[in-house]
Amino acid sequence: MSPAFAQPVTPPARYANVQLADPAKEASARALMETLRCLVCQGQSIADSDADMAADMRALVRERIERGEKPASIRDWLIARYGDYVTYDPPLSGLTWPLWLAPILLLGVGGWIARSSFRRRTR
Amino acid sequence: MIAEAGLAALWFAGALAALQLVMAAIGIARDRDDVAAAVRPVAIVQGLLALLAMALLIELFLESDMSVKLVVENSHSAKPWLYKFAGAWGNHEGSMLLWVTILGLAGGAVAIFERSLPERTLTATLGAQATIALGFYAFLLFSSNPFARLNPAAADGLGLNPLLQDPGLAFHPPTLYTGYVGLSVAFSFAVGALVTRDVGPAFAKAMRPWVLIAWIFLTLGITAGSYWAYYELGWGGWWFWDPVENASLMPWLAATALLHSVTVLATRDGLRAWTIMLAVVAFSMSMIGTFLVRSGILTSVHAFAVDPERGAFILALLAIYIGGALALFAARIGTVRAGTTFDPVSREGALVANNLLLSVILGIVLIGTLYPIVAASFGVQLSVGPPFFNKAAGPIALLLVAVMAVGPLLRWRRDDAKAVLGRVMVPIGATLVAAIALLFVWPGVLPWAGLSLAAGLAVASVAPLWKRNLKRTPLFTYGMVIAHLGIAVSLAGMASDSAFTQETLVAVRTGEPARVGPYTVTLDGIAPVIGENWSALEARLTATRGSSERILRPQLRFFANPPTSTNESAILTVLDGQLYTVLGQPDGQGRWQLRLWWKPFVTLIWFGGVLIALGGMLSLLGRVRRERRATMRTQWA
Amino acid sequence: MKRFVLWAPLAIFALLFAVVASGLFRPAEKVVRSAMIGKPLPDFALPAMVPGKPGLSSASFRQGKPRLLNVFASWCIPCIAEAPQLMRLKAMGVPVDAIAIRDTAPAIAGFLRRNGDPYERIGSDKASQVQLALGSSGVPETFVIDGRGIVVKQIIGDIRPENVAEIVQAVKDAR
Repeated sequence: MSPAFAQPVTPPARYANVQLADPAKEASARALMETLRCLVCQGQSIADSDADMAADMRALVRERIERGEKPASIRDWLIARYGDYVTYDPPLSGLTWPLWLAPILLLGVGGWIARSSFRRRTR
Repeated sequence: MIAEAGLAALWFAGALAALQLVMAAIGIARDRDDVAAAVRPVAIVQGLLALLAMALLIELFLESDMSVKLVVENSHSAKPWLYKFAGAWGNHEGSMLLWVTILGLAGGAVAIFERSLPERTLTATLGAQATIALGFYAFLLFSSNPFARLNPAAADGLGLNPLLQDPGLAFHPPTLYTGYVGLSVAFSFAVGALVTRDVGPAFAKAMRPWVLIAWIFLTLGITAGSYWAYYELGWGGWWFWDPVENASLMPWLAATALLHSVTVLATRDGLRAWTIMLAVVAFSMSMIGTFLVRSGILTSVHAFAVDPERGAFILALLAIYIGGALALFAARIGTVRAGTTFDPVSREGALVANNLLLSVILGIVLIGTLYPIVAASFGVQLSVGPPFFNKAAGPIALLLVAVMAVGPLLRWRRDDAKAVLGRVMVPIGATLVAAIALLFVWPGVLPWAGLSLAAGLAVASVAPLWKRNLKRTPLFTYGMVIAHLGIAVSLAGMASDSAFTQETLVAVRTGEPARVGPYTVTLDGIAPVIGENWSALEARLTATRGSSERILRPQLRFFANPPTSTNESAILTVLDGQLYTVLGQPDGQGRWQLRLWWKPFVTLIWFGGVLIALGGMLSLLGRVRRERRATMRTQWA
Repeated sequence: MKRFVLWAPLAIFALLFAVVASGLFRPAEKVVRSAMIGKPLPDFALPAMVPGKPGLSSASFRQGKPRLLNVFASWCIPCIAEAPQLMRLKAMGVPVDAIAIRDTAPAIAGFLRRNGDPYERIGSDKASQVQLALGSSGVPETFVIDGRGIVVKQIIGDIRPENVAEIVQAVKDAR
């Protein structure tokens, strides 16, 4: 959905809505686009947004992948510009380690609680 | 006049909720059975009054009464009938009224049908239910009056958000709310049992149908919501790990865990404290979910009727109900006799593992959803999305699938590890065969594991029927079989979609073909179309596959009130998948952008969801029937 | 010990409540700030947008004097709203350059005719590539660049009359 005003007058960039010829490269571009957050949308990745800015970001990703750049380096380039907000895959940092550790922590605590409901095997 | 009558009905309902709470409190604290006996009829009338208020609001929307503020702000006289009707809850006030209506009706239903629980516990339960309702009545009457007048009346309304103008609106919110409210009933039972310290199989049996009802509706609500987002958003995605989606998933996860733990409590009198805790958690998840959706503190694709001020009200209710229940839990549960303990290798053992894994997934989803708020308080803008949830919860979900396959094949009390191994040989074989076969079309790690485990689970889920007299097998066993099979089917659909989807993005001229999967899609032409309250550009696409030829008509739709445009996808459903087509913008040189996807077996996702709900219904039917037979027997004895 | 554990759920809930409430009472920013503040302007060279006015390259920001870099477009409505403020800044002696996003020469020419022309140079950014390199997430946005080409400040959204003083101050500080 987009408001029916304030539309740019020029057509979108070449690779905004056109796939790369090489399926392997397109697949890795697609995988990266799905993890990048559209900066002007209400929580959508650039892979599924109608916003013009998302289209330009798709074009940027595809062009760079086509030139042979690694997805990780494109991601880092964007993080250098927009901070961690731009990726849906939070980079490990002093702030995010509790997030990434949560699954293991929860399993541990859960296991400890569950233990009490089992009978000790004496035999 | 209708608006005033609606407001009066709402006030009376609120007053009755207060009365219900006071009478229940007196009945229990003073041991006055005569007072307690009046709680049931009050609960019934309260539910009917709430229903009357809702019916009157719908009537106002149907007749487009433009002197009512809510109608003006959210409706339009030129809107189709269905969206006027469903538009009554396509906004904040109306959806809250729908919530209390369902809450009131559920309370009434408990008052009418619940006969097996000790009267004291039931009175406490209805008292708790009245407390919840009272909060929502206060919310409606003091800060979200749906019947407020507009003076002078408007000429016409502002219209409904076009994304909401979909048959999904008629179905999705009421379904989800019924689920949320069902969990509130379970919560009330838990509080009632804590008040009277009566936690045991009888309580579990009384609570179980409500958990089942909640769970069935949540399953249907999520399934419908996912399909709605899938065809409406126009990019072929069906789950985005968006905060609003997570808000509906978290109560489901808690309800699923509760459903299984309550079974342990009912059959084996174990997991007493845990079941009570889960009932509280499940309801708190539906409250937190409502809060997240309404407050708009997290940005979402699906957000509507966002208002931080009202968020504060819901938050206050959350603090009172959940904080109160947890304090009661801490104070009382120590005096509730401990339940029985189990052998690790037993049906109970598997159910404990199920509860553990479901709770961990719930924890991950909750932490992941709220983490951006935590980060924001450190001044960092952070996004947590699909990559995190898939990596963190995916493996645990697959482990859960494995437990789910084995669990129903275990005996209650104690089982022999060697005998179990013999029983699970066939499912393990199916998993291995699928895993090896899939190596030839390598779909990626998670889809590979998902598809293999889905094969194993499909076989394992029907195994409980093996060598049994199918006619004498109880209905709830069928329910379990079908629900578990539904999970396998849904999982297969998810894995297949993420592994084998093919995408084609092209700009084409009329007559120019494009290929996607097994289909060749040709743009025949673009023509304008006029709808009831929109106009559109419609593409005519011919999709050919072998000798079959089908026409699809995706649209670029423009709405006048409010001015917006949407992409209406056109989807061709065939036995082995869906062809998903979207019309994009013209490129200014005579070409039109098309987005085409071939999604093999994607429909299994929602078909599986329906199967899961169907399993729940069979189970509910089976349980209710057995309970009724049991009560009749005790009455005759 | 056992008693203490029973209160743990309430404690966890209190924590959860605190997190959620903090989100409500201190709402997160809805705009995305650039992470380029304090970093050198990325290298770019954009062609001219309108005839008679030079295009824009990063080199022109390393001439020893601070400048404003305005990101705008003719199709952007808040850009019209901020135009008087940019004209004022120009009149106060603050040099302003711009990049125009996804735009055409006639549209920009019309925009400048209607709303005034505060710009010394305008580069044409057809696919927002320089905008993305700047960490800008919409129009209009304005960056203050010091004389050595370091990005020192970002203003998101249209410049309001009350922002002018702080921008002038930032330009002074960047000298």
